[in-house]
Amino acid sequence: MLRENQRHFKFDWITIILFLLLLGFGYFNIMSASHVGEITSYFDTDQLYGKHLVFIGLTFFLIVLILSFEAKFYEQFASVIYLVAMLALIGLFIFGKDVNGARSWYGIGSMTIQPSEFAKFATALAVAKYISDLQTNMTTIKDQLRVAAIIFIPALLILLQNDAGSTIVYLAFFFVFYREGLQQVYLVIALSLIILAVLGLKFGVVITAIAATTVLTLVYFIRKKKRGSLLQYLVVLIVSVTFSYGVKLFYEHGLKAHQQNRISLWLRLEKDPSKLERMKKVEAYNLIQSEQAISSGGVSGKGFLQGTRTTGKFVPEQHTDYIFSTVGEEWGFVGTSAVVLLFVLLIVRVLYLAEAQKSQFSRVYGYGVASILFIHFTINIGMVMGLIPTVGIPLPFFSYGGSGLWGFTILLFIFVKLDSNKINEW
Amino acid sequence: MRKLLLLTTVILVGLVFIARLFYLQVYDNTAYNIFEDNAIRKVYNYPKRGYVYDRNGKLLVANQPSYDVMVIPREVAPLDSLEIEEFCQLLKITREDYDKKLEKATHYSPRLPSPFVPQLSKKDYAVLQEKIRKFEGFYILKRSLRSYQTNIGANVLGDLGEVNRKTIENDPYYTLGDLAGKQGIEKTYEETLRGVKGIKFIQKDRFNKNIGPFKEGTLDTLPQPGKDVTITIDSDLQAYGELLMKHKRGGIVAIDPSSGEILAMVTGPSYNPNLLVGRERNKNFSGLFLDKVNKPTFDRGLQAQYAPGSPFKVINALIGLQENVVTVDERFTCRMGYYYGSRRLTGCHHHRSPIDMNGGIAQSCNAYFVNVYRRIVDKYDDAGKGMNIWANHAKSFGLGNFLNNDLSVGQPGRIPDGDYYDRQYGDNRWGSTYIVSNAIGQGEVEATPIQLANMVAAIGNRGYYYTPHIIKNIEGETIDSKYTTPKYTTIDKEHFEPVVQGMFDVYNEGTAKHIRIPGIDICGKTGTAENFMKIDSVKTQLTDHSIFVAFAPKDNPKIAIAVFVENGYWGGRFAGRMASLMIEKHIKGHITRTDLEKWILTHSLEDEYKKPYSGEPFKINGESTLQVIENYATEENYPIKNQNQSDVKL
Repeated sequence: MLRENQRHFKFDWITIILFLLLLGFGYFNIMSASHVGEITSYFDTDQLYGKHLVFIGLTFFLIVLILSFEAKFYEQFASVIYLVAMLALIGLFIFGKDVNGARSWYGIGSMTIQPSEFAKFATALAVAKYISDLQTNMTTIKDQLRVAAIIFIPALLILLQNDAGSTIVYLAFFFVFYREGLQQVYLVIALSLIILAVLGLKFGVVITAIAATTVLTLVYFIRKKKRGSLLQYLVVLIVSVTFSYGVKLFYEHGLKAHQQNRISLWLRLEKDPSKLERMKKVEAYNLIQSEQAISSGGVSGKGFLQGTRTTGKFVPEQHTDYIFSTVGEEWGFVGTSAVVLLFVLLIVRVLYLAEAQKSQFSRVYGYGVASILFIHFTINIGMVMGLIPTVGIPLPFFSYGGSGLWGFTILLFIFVKLDSNKINEW
Repeated sequence: MRKLLLLTTVILVGLVFIARLFYLQVYDNTAYNIFEDNAIRKVYNYPKRGYVYDRNGKLLVANQPSYDVMVIPREVAPLDSLEIEEFCQLLKITREDYDKKLEKATHYSPRLPSPFVPQLSKKDYAVLQEKIRKFEGFYILKRSLRSYQTNIGANVLGDLGEVNRKTIENDPYYTLGDLAGKQGIEKTYEETLRGVKGIKFIQKDRFNKNIGPFKEGTLDTLPQPGKDVTITIDSDLQAYGELLMKHKRGGIVAIDPSSGEILAMVTGPSYNPNLLVGRERNKNFSGLFLDKVNKPTFDRGLQAQYAPGSPFKVINALIGLQENVVTVDERFTCRMGYYYGSRRLTGCHHHRSPIDMNGGIAQSCNAYFVNVYRRIVDKYDDAGKGMNIWANHAKSFGLGNFLNNDLSVGQPGRIPDGDYYDRQYGDNRWGSTYIVSNAIGQGEVEATPIQLANMVAAIGNRGYYYTPHIIKNIEGETIDSKYTTPKYTTIDKEHFEPVVQGMFDVYNEGTAKHIRIPGIDICGKTGTAENFMKIDSVKTQLTDHSIFVAFAPKDNPKIAIAVFVENGYWGGRFAGRMASLMIEKHIKGHITRTDLEKWILTHSLEDEYKKPYSGEPFKINGESTLQVIENYATEENYPIKNQNQSDVKL
């Protein structure tokens, strides 16, 4: 066959081009957000953007390395890679270094490495490996519990290191499980829980209970044939209300003050104006600055290196988690919508390729890649624009930092390699 | 279905993000404005404000530097008590003051500068300047304040005040703390006087620290100095007018009819313009503004709308001639008033009768003008039409509407027309007999002193006037052509001569013969206007207003003047004397009728003004006695020379 002759070069160039566009555009924005004083050269390694350029250079070595392994390697060694990643996370408790209150870094000389960034692709590999096993059946409780354990271990380790943001990322695997056969009822339950939590926080338990009763009554009358007993409905109602109340209790007593305030700001729970004013100055400072930077960009932006709020370093952490606000200020609506579009295209492309895989391992892994990219994209950009509460996770390929960049690159390019090999699958 | 969940979610999130971005960046976003960008510090460089000179080149308003000690609390280095002691001595404050002021400034903002001790004296500044470097966090800010070289003409010159929020919203030129003209010439010529401030754009960071010039300073501008202006006021005449107006309420407006230039613009009571400079401005301004009895900030020459009284008769004479309803020689009988059937519509005083136009004006006969006025209104079958034609003529003298000139305040006065009475009485349900008061300038007619001065200027010019204005010259500019283009009245030139002759005879043989000035041919007209006030909701008559209008000399007049003295009784008593003195002062430069001058300076109306507020019944007009004062101001002791503002007390 014709395709067989070309198999070594059958990488999906669309994915690679989208990746390169994001990487390149990200670099220019890091330059804007991080430069101190005059820009004398694009390769000034005294400046953060110069360092990032080194990271980008190393990324290309990494890509060549990843693509040069046999595709089978990743499937065969998935468990080993997962194990190594978990050990690396555990090792943090002994050898780790505290940065901003989170113990998620190894310090090697002047460099720091964040293993949680690498745990993501390792977990995706392990999940793919487990699900693609012939004996696995995602509709059984036993396998559901086991696969849940695979993601629960890194999630717990990362949470214990005080990095709640990265923990949330593991929720992404829900999409993978659902695609691979998890029952519909889980989706219904997941959505219900989210709605119950938000309703409970925003309007209180009483209104939530009334809403739940109304919905359940409606369901009862709509389902004429398989109604079930009234007792079942009552149990669901009690569980719902208890959950909603539990969330409220957790919000009030289980969360740290800053987490509580972020949710309070997002749902506009604070009514005391003086307290709200103080929260706006402290907890919402980043968000307000970031929103102002974005909206000051207007339609076409102020131009590369011309952003006054970026130059004045008004948005803290602008080169890492808040990098999107630089795009907003300097490139305007044109730039921001282009970035959103690039991400959507990349994720959709990965999804499309995943569905086209012949091996289940590749498909599940591809799904994992798309899900992880999606959750980062949604949370990061959503947070920078104030649509969701502040959660500190990076924007893939865009934010400053070696670990993040390499973690995402490995994640994506293992899939590119798997995809290029699909013709060899039987 | 399972394949679609993530796909649809991704696309949905993408759409939500684009919608949110559209809202933030396109919909909710006005065009980028560097002035609203708080990442850019705007440092203003204020230009010198233009000086104001009078028509003879005398400097009236200049600038003075003012030195404020400012503090940035965060940058204040810890001082030991000896150093603080020294600093307090330099600033002439106590240790408690020091602590209190520093606490107040810290409370306002630890990072931003606050005034610590405003407006140091020049002496204190000189000493402090050497030593301020020792005290970190403190610095001296130089500002510029107005320096009045005179203490007259507060209503003419106006004052500067800090712009309020509304001004800033309407005019982006101003920022908080900027000064702008609030009244007088400072207000009307604000843009000319202020110049354009220079601006430096500085990029700052989120700690409010300067990083460097924004865009290498390419957007920065240099200040453009304000232009000096020369005003038409003759400061000597203005000062003399203010002297005459002492102890009285009213207004004097004198105009040069050949150009429309305002020579003097007096309001009484007035105040010293130096009161509205510097640290005490707000307190003093409130004091003046809240004085609701004397109303010193109310310019009676420009804003007070009075019934013009008899001076308005000459307008009716002119309209009568123009409308061809009366001849110069036609005589009317006066039986101590005008009778409609057996009803007396208006009274009159004793004089010869019957009387022609010249006599009518000279003797100020009410009956004569009621006759003329009724003929004008009744010329057509429809009184409304007659009134409209009458109003049109009157308005051509600049009455009944804003003069539309360069004074910061003004009032339109009132000239009623047919529509006005249709609204009052109903369509066609009135006739000339209802409204005869207009014939003698009472009734519904109202005018401000400046309108009356302009009216006599038009008569003196025999049919035209220049819009009265105060600007004479702006450095390097020509003044607005509307002040150099004559405005013609609707009355033909030949009708003026008999009327002017009548006004001349007012001085020769009429109501003003005792105030004649030897050597000057003055044409004038007395006026006495009844007026009322509500005291405890009872309409009570007060002593008549004394009114006088005049121009001189008779041919090619150099001055047209209107004088209005509230509750001064008959026209010749206060207003006439003052008008004559002003005319003599302007034309001769000195006063020969010192008897008139002394009478004015020694007579006060202050007791008269207290009457309505005394709560007791009082007598008016001829039945009351006139207050005489012993310690009166004269030109010698009335301070019009330079005066240091620190000597001024409210």
